[in-house]
Amino acid sequence: MQEVKEFKPNIVAFCCNWCSYAGADLAGSSRLSYPADVKIIRVPCSGRVNPMFILKAFEKGADGVIICGCHPGDCHYNTGNFYARRRMTLLYSMLDYMGIEKGRTRVEWVSAAEGAKFSNVMNKFCGDIKELGECVKLGDIRCKD
Amino acid sequence: MLKIGVFVCWCGSNIAATVDIDQVVAAAKLQPGVVMATGYQYMCSENGQSLMRKAVEEYKLDGVVICACSPRMHEATFRKNAQRVGLNPFMVEIANIREHCSWIHKDKEQGTIKAIALANAAIAKVSLNAPLISGESSVTKRALVIGGGIAGLQTALDIAEAGFEVDVVERQATIGGNMAKIDKTFPTLDCAACILTPKMVDAASHENIELITYSEVESVKGFVGSFKATIRKKARYVNEKTCTGCGLCMSKCPSKKSKNEFNLGLDNRTSIFIPFAQAIPNVAVIDPQSCIKLTRDKCGLCQSVCEVKAIDFTMQDEIIEREYGAIVVATGFKPIEVDAFDELGYTQNKDVITSLELERLMNAAGPTGGKLVKVSDGSHPTDITFIQCVGSRDCTSRGKEYCSKICCMYTCKHAMLIRDKYPDINVNVFYIDVRTPGKNYDEFYRRAVEDFGVNYIKGQVGKVYAEDGKLIVQGSDLITNEQIFIKSDMVVLASAIEPDPSAKKVASMLTASIDTNNFLTEAHAKLRPVESPTAGIFLSGVCQGPKDIPETVAQAGAAASKVIGLLVKNKLVTSPCIATTDELLCSGCSNCFNICPYGAIGYEDKLINDHGIRETRRIAVVNPALCQGCGACSVACPSGAMDLLGYTNKQIMAEVDAICKR
Repeated sequence: MQEVKEFKPNIVAFCCNWCSYAGADLAGSSRLSYPADVKIIRVPCSGRVNPMFILKAFEKGADGVIICGCHPGDCHYNTGNFYARRRMTLLYSMLDYMGIEKGRTRVEWVSAAEGAKFSNVMNKFCGDIKELGECVKLGDIRCKD
Repeated sequence: MLKIGVFVCWCGSNIAATVDIDQVVAAAKLQPGVVMATGYQYMCSENGQSLMRKAVEEYKLDGVVICACSPRMHEATFRKNAQRVGLNPFMVEIANIREHCSWIHKDKEQGTIKAIALANAAIAKVSLNAPLISGESSVTKRALVIGGGIAGLQTALDIAEAGFEVDVVERQATIGGNMAKIDKTFPTLDCAACILTPKMVDAASHENIELITYSEVESVKGFVGSFKATIRKKARYVNEKTCTGCGLCMSKCPSKKSKNEFNLGLDNRTSIFIPFAQAIPNVAVIDPQSCIKLTRDKCGLCQSVCEVKAIDFTMQDEIIEREYGAIVVATGFKPIEVDAFDELGYTQNKDVITSLELERLMNAAGPTGGKLVKVSDGSHPTDITFIQCVGSRDCTSRGKEYCSKICCMYTCKHAMLIRDKYPDINVNVFYIDVRTPGKNYDEFYRRAVEDFGVNYIKGQVGKVYAEDGKLIVQGSDLITNEQIFIKSDMVVLASAIEPDPSAKKVASMLTASIDTNNFLTEAHAKLRPVESPTAGIFLSGVCQGPKDIPETVAQAGAAASKVIGLLVKNKLVTSPCIATTDELLCSGCSNCFNICPYGAIGYEDKLINDHGIRETRRIAVVNPALCQGCGACSVACPSGAMDLLGYTNKQIMAEVDAICKR
């Protein structure tokens, strides 16, 4: 009988330094758990996230990518999160065209004080990605087992 | 290839309990470029730091990865440590395996896998790091304090005493804030005015302080050391310089029906008014909403009686532009609206009042001259019931989840003052808990109970209703487990406090962060309690969290000392993590120029040698003094010419690679 291996998604989270990264820190110091599948990359601003990074992540085998930034109007750099939001809206349709489900990318606003929200968002996102299963569209399947 | 050293911190058991340090060390050693890796119990300790320094020297390391707590905690520590041993501080990267890993994942196997991935990402990033040199920027030696209450005034006075100029911008026509409305203060029962008004006078007369009252900060641009603020000075319709504060205009003004904000609407004021007797500046102001001259172009009596001709109905708002090195937020608080607490009957019964209203009723300068009477009919009350935690520690939408901190003590003070002045009045207090942590606070509370005979009842109130000319307070006594009905003449609600509504606007203007309750967040809850995460922005008073007066004054002084520490510097070190242009790729398209929120990008015609072709091209040039390192330009650039030092495209891509590798 073949052993059924539990699917462990690989999730990349881009978090802005000022709000969401600090929110993730707060989730940590409040011991609010979320799946270990989420790995955070620190960027100065959500507006620093180049769509190329997201495509690269999918190409390298990520199953989901989430961008977290300051709430609209609260961006440390005034407007970065607005650009991130607009850019992602365009990217959604491109990913859709490429056959990557819309649910695999997401933008969320998490402030430095919202540790609980960070944890909730990640739990939800992980759950959604688990339902979608492995992302094979862009990934190089030769690299996978 | 760089020679990289990896140090994995146990953080006692904080990390070591859920991450297998040995496995992380072993995995790190397999990464390209890593020449040494080791674990240590406390990397941030002096022993840990010297371990890192020794390794840098022994292995001639060019890059260091510390797998430990959040970079927001100790990145600066380890970068400084690198500098001590001659390694460029920006060759140090932190893998956050505590807040982002060991503290949230209980499963050691999963935690270890994640820690290895995070360490690998940091190793991949550091191998692409380049040494960066910090720049310098100048400091404008002037501070701005937003808010002229006790917090703002104390901060301003302390900064001014150190020899720096300070502007205090106050929205109201007078400085003084909420404390000016208070009658007496706990736990000493000295009068608030006696301690506040001298401070107001000190601030007004200090040569280094300029009070800009009846004004609001409209916008703030710039960054630490050189902020540019635009301040709107609202039209007072009275010349501040000539008005003597004689009050003749007030006695002649026929429009007397405006609610007196200073007395919380318990009495009325005229349209031209001085907010209270000790107001600073002691200058009249005209309320444009009710003034007959300004609304209907009639009257103008005040203008004709004013002996110094101070009144000017044509006055316009004035815009002031100033530069500052540091900004202090001291926007204070307001009590919440208690209208939503329907069961307590605040809107139905005039004799249900808030604590701040009681404060005005008991104040000698208040609407009743300090005589405590029922608001409804002016008669003497014989039974007063206080209800604690109205809106505090209340997780429903009408209240606040936090403890407002000051209510237990001020209610105790009110009860004591009433019993002292009117021994015939019975005082009952409904409470959830009595919280008295503070010097001489619990002693104060015991005195209220033991010496003054205040009746404390543990329990919450379900309903307040009128019956036979009395108010009935229906509550549960948790000690006797009984429903009780207490007849009262007055009911006083200890309403929760919340940040002043302006705090949210001020915070977003300053790009300082606020929490879900609109309190401004500090850079670190324990280690940097008076600084905002945004450099050059400091926090004073209740805008940061509920505080009583002693704590506010202490925090105001702490904020001032941080400001002084900043203003005393002639140069500030700026982050070298700024945008940079690859001149060979730049086409001068202006995309970066358009997206930059700081106007940090300009253009220059430069002679470029593009693989032997020499030509003059329009090239984007980043002004390092203005660039704040957001990286928006690097994404907007269609040719990939713009990049952000410290967070380059290649570095982030390398992190993505490392994380996604299975």
